[in-house]
Amino acid sequence: MADTYSNLVNKNPLGKKVASQFGLPKPALLRRYKEGQQLLEGPAAVAGIGSAPVAASASAIVKASGGEVVDATPETSYDARLAAIVFDATQARTLDQLDELRQVVAPALKKTGSSARLVVIGTTPSELSDPEAAATQQALEGITRSIGKEMLRGGTANLLWVDEKAQGDSAVLAAPLRFLLSSRSAYVSGQPIRVRDADVPDVDDWHSPLAGETAVITGAARGIGAEIAKVFARAGANLILVDIPASGEALSKVANSLGATALQLDVTAADAGERIAEAVARKSDKLDVMVHNAGITRDKLFVNTDENRWGSVLDVNLRAQFRINKVLLDKGVKGGLADGGRIIGVASISGIGGNRGQSNYAASKAGVIGMVRQLSQTLADRNITVNAVAPGFIETEMTAKIPFATREVGRRLNSLLQGGQPVDVGEAIAFFAEPGSAGVTGQVLRVCGQSQLGA
Amino acid sequence: MTIESIRNSLYLLLSVSVIHPLSSTPKGDSLMSPRDVYVLGGNRIPFVRSGGKYLKASNQDMLTTAIDGLVSRYGLAGERLGEVAAGAVLKHSRDFNLTRESVLGSHLSPTTPAYDVQQACGTGLEAAILVANKIALGQIDSAIAGGTDTTSDAPLAINDGLRRTLMKANYAKTPQQRISAVLKIRPAQLAPEQPTNGEPRTGLSMGEHQAITTKEWGITREAQDELTALSHQNLAAAYDRGFFDDLITPYLGVTKDNNLRPDSTVEKLAKLKPVFGKGEGATMTAGNSTPLTDGASAVLLGTKEWADEHKITPLARFVDGETAAVDYVTGNEGLLMAPPYAIARLLQRNNLTLQDFDFYEIHEAFASTVLCHLAAMESAEFCKEKLGLEAPLGSIDRSKLNVNGSSLAAGHPFAATGGRIIASAAKQLHEKGSGRALISICAAGGLGVVAILEAA
Ligand SMILES: NC(=O)c1ccc[n+]([C@@H]2O[C@H](COP(=O)([O-])OP(=O)(O)OC[C@H]3O[C@@H](n4cnc5c(N)ncnc54)[C@H](O)[C@@H]3O)[C@@H](O)[C@H]2O)c1
Repeated sequence: MADTYSNLVNKNPLGKKVASQFGLPKPALLRRYKEGQQLLEGPAAVAGIGSAPVAASASAIVKASGGEVVDATPETSYDARLAAIVFDATQARTLDQLDELRQVVAPALKKTGSSARLVVIGTTPSELSDPEAAATQQALEGITRSIGKEMLRGGTANLLWVDEKAQGDSAVLAAPLRFLLSSRSAYVSGQPIRVRDADVPDVDDWHSPLAGETAVITGAARGIGAEIAKVFARAGANLILVDIPASGEALSKVANSLGATALQLDVTAADAGERIAEAVARKSDKLDVMVHNAGITRDKLFVNTDENRWGSVLDVNLRAQFRINKVLLDKGVKGGLADGGRIIGVASISGIGGNRGQSNYAASKAGVIGMVRQLSQTLADRNITVNAVAPGFIETEMTAKIPFATREVGRRLNSLLQGGQPVDVGEAIAFFAEPGSAGVTGQVLRVCGQSQLGA
Repeated sequence: MTIESIRNSLYLLLSVSVIHPLSSTPKGDSLMSPRDVYVLGGNRIPFVRSGGKYLKASNQDMLTTAIDGLVSRYGLAGERLGEVAAGAVLKHSRDFNLTRESVLGSHLSPTTPAYDVQQACGTGLEAAILVANKIALGQIDSAIAGGTDTTSDAPLAINDGLRRTLMKANYAKTPQQRISAVLKIRPAQLAPEQPTNGEPRTGLSMGEHQAITTKEWGITREAQDELTALSHQNLAAAYDRGFFDDLITPYLGVTKDNNLRPDSTVEKLAKLKPVFGKGEGATMTAGNSTPLTDGASAVLLGTKEWADEHKITPLARFVDGETAAVDYVTGNEGLLMAPPYAIARLLQRNNLTLQDFDFYEIHEAFASTVLCHLAAMESAEFCKEKLGLEAPLGSIDRSKLNVNGSSLAAGHPFAATGGRIIASAAKQLHEKGSGRALISICAAGGLGVVAILEAA
């Protein structure tokens, strides 16, 4: 699972030299979350267009984290390397105004340090009736996606599209902005996230946002699921970890190391939903977060895919989730999902871009995306958010089995020139789970280092 | 009775209970009336035929894994339990504190006390009786009872002659004496003593003992093979319906008992040659006897209050247990015939008849052991002369016997069998939602351990 090449060109003196002489790609060592870490390890430049109403909230959020804010103009000269740039473009309505972004952000970008963050904040284009205004806001996506590809030393660029109604509420912005600024989004780049108006509690404990909450994670015996569990445990959640009975040995170890409860259960079992609810009811009076992570691949070219390969992948990766959700969403069920709860799925960039030999898998993962978008609307009145992550190339036992050449290509074909770690997926899922993310629903967040696949 | 008098007596009753709350215990008076004890859950690793997949596994590691599976199933990591009592029948001398070492290696709090129990195949069930009694007395609120055994990693004792020579050398005062002592070692002395499951006082193996009893009771080969096939079929069906999903945690990549033959039939079993007993009347084969097996199990017990606090739903109430021993040395009774004696006493104490049960879990040391017990309990003569009963205990509804399979199919890692049976019986009662189960385990040394569970 180790990325030997990345270690070579980063840590070995000879490797470093060879890489720079021959212009080989040099993947950066990404800053990742550690206990007690500051949100930002340098100043954040904050600026905006027009009245820039959200910039003030952004500054306050950075300052509340103990960070330093520099009010940026085209002329500002920066003493220290910037850790982040936040640009409020919510008021941009004309194409001309975009030049203001260029004038401020370009010089600031030249002064960023490693693993720096650019977060552009815009207004949700579909909310705007004026064509030029919508075009201007849509242009922000093109800008951030391109800058993401130009960022050096592990930097990322992302976009928050904030609904007009939500722009006055700094509480609704805090969790998404903090996530994108923090090292928890190490492998998220070139992505837009829409933030809606929502009833968001004021959060003061950013270290344990899930304290007192109960979460179920499927497929938690290993890989990404085990890492999601670790991040959730760090955030203070009570955990019920699910995996098939045959994986019970590993599941038990993960559960015991986190003080969690293990539930040996095949998610495709007819009574899986009831069994999960029962397990929840035994631990708590309600379920707050349901993470559908269990997934399998049965790769074959489409023309050679038999009924079994087709059916089993759809069954584990998608059909099971419908059955489980149906039970958990029934208000009469003890241990069911509480109002204000979270449903989080794991899609894949294969579900967005398709993949040779993965028609069944891509069907299931695209299906997850379809489900998330629809269900988020149905459940909006219960304040339940429904989101998914779409991982790209993540270094797990699964991807370690890919033949070397293919694996090397998959790993480098992204803006960060490396595969992601399972923890990166865990961090993104934990972000969706936070109470502060109530304004984020119906979203599919790629955790792919801005992979070129399906982009 | 007039309304007035009812009112008066009600008033009296209430005012008295206000002054003397019923539940108060005077200070310094720790004697409490017995409390109800519940089986809260169980866990085991798959049982594996000896010399196979668990060849390198130690008793300690297996027991630790069984405990840890229970810990993760009930979210007990870091928890201090009242105690853990467990044991092994075949033990290395280095395992003198096997259970405590297993607790220290587990995710339970290191402040959980533990001790070893050893009562041959009765170990697991006896351990449960011990901790249940402590819980009932109010000394502890929760406990794990368990057992583990491996014949793959059995201690090989050195030959007695060699041991004496080495001890002599060890105690020698001068180097000269030491060398001369060591020089006396003969090649034959280097052969290790083989572990046997022979009875020290009779020199007969357990199978040979049972063969005598089988003949005495006239148990047929067909009856034994039928019971065996049913055990396999029942265990296989239990796996298929997911019965063991919350009773077993895989170990070393093994997910199922590997002695299980789901396609076992009377016809196939009939082809095997007898291995115990001699000549024409020999009926006991490798099929209708349990093989040597490796494995471990653990059962969680506690009070209702402790279960509530930990949000665990009790599966069954642990009602009572009894152990009997018979004089098999003189040949007056069969080696494995103690259970009917224990059952008779247990039923009498609890004012129950043999027919008052919904499940019978009778450990299948050999198919014929179970059949001998059933025949003995049906026999008016045996029940009168041996058990001193006016009427026989009677027969049981065979469809309630070992409904999810037993040792013939699962295998029998001696000390681990008790935990397997308690957990299965408790879950069966929980699924049914009512009723009682009778558990019976025969053991070497003429011992028999039995217990009653009741739906919680
Ligand atoms: N690794 C990647 O690069 C990558 C990329 C995109 C998406 N994903 C998705 O992330 C998720 C986790 O993947 P991973 O790489 O950790 O895979 P993994 O195979 O290492 O882990 C998946 C876990 O799910 C469990 N599981 C499978 N079927 C199950 C069932 N029916 N019921 C309960 N549990 C079941 C497995 O036992 C296993 O422990 C999957 O949904 C996968 O499709 C992974």
